[in-house]
Amino acid sequence: MALDVLIVDDSAAIRKILQRVLSQADLALGEVFEAGDGVEALKVLEAKTVGLVLSDLNMPNMDGLQLLNSVRSRPEWSAIPVIMITTEGSETKVVEAVHLGAQGYVRKPFTAEQIKEKISSCLGRAGKLA
Amino acid sequence: MMELPLSQDEIATLIRANTQKVFSTMLGLPITASAAGGGRPLAGAPDRSVISFVGLTGQWSGSGSIQCSANLACTISGKLLLADFDSVNSEVLDAIGEMANMILGNFKNDAESRLGPLRLSTPTVVHGSSFEARNWNGQYRTSVSFDCEGELFEVKVCLARSQALRETLQPAGAVAQP
Repeated sequence: MALDVLIVDDSAAIRKILQRVLSQADLALGEVFEAGDGVEALKVLEAKTVGLVLSDLNMPNMDGLQLLNSVRSRPEWSAIPVIMITTEGSETKVVEAVHLGAQGYVRKPFTAEQIKEKISSCLGRAGKLA
Repeated sequence: MMELPLSQDEIATLIRANTQKVFSTMLGLPITASAAGGGRPLAGAPDRSVISFVGLTGQWSGSGSIQCSANLACTISGKLLLADFDSVNSEVLDAIGEMANMILGNFKNDAESRLGPLRLSTPTVVHGSSFEARNWNGQYRTSVSFDCEGELFEVKVCLARSQALRETLQPAGAVAQP
């Protein structure tokens, strides 16, 4: 069954680029939803069944780490793979994201191949690849 | 006054490296950087109407910016989003904001080993024909201009020691806290 994906980034440009990358990826992905921050993302997660989250770290209202914490605290969402895609490169933020349960971390700028490989390896580890 | 732990040349080198990395990875657009302090100054360019800022805070604070013409902003956005833009619209402004976020975010990551932990604000983008942009807290200003598709754009970083910045922000007559 195809996995629906949620892209969370305050930049519409990055959301559009990631939409394009996902549409060209041979990864049996389904519908792609978008959110501009963590608060919007939680609303999408409440309303839809999402199988993968790609999230920025630095966002207004609710940042990526707060979102990750919220996702991991809800039993029904705790197994959803979350990949952080961000400019932030500080080691403490990376360690914190991994500690909170992020399955992957991609630094901007990125290539389409880097995104596809990271999704593929995360879904493979989670046993969610068809 | 405490000296900036990075020289102007080192800052210019980080600006050049990170700008070229973002342009080659995200846009596939070749750009040519001027030598530090050299090259054609953007100030003389006829159109520099699009500017995107991000704030930097930490032990050293200030801002970073990229500035270019409306035409080049459309070209950059078109390459980033694989679309055609004839004029500056919300998508172009968002794309230029994201370019500033990536270039100056990566500059921040590289500079932190010498300047201490820094935080980056979300970008602000301005488009207009009659404005002057100033960063009044920049004790140390470094700017690098680049040629892209026959046009110039500029990446600039302004930094000041945060304590010095707080003192300049003190209202007249106020007593500084120890």
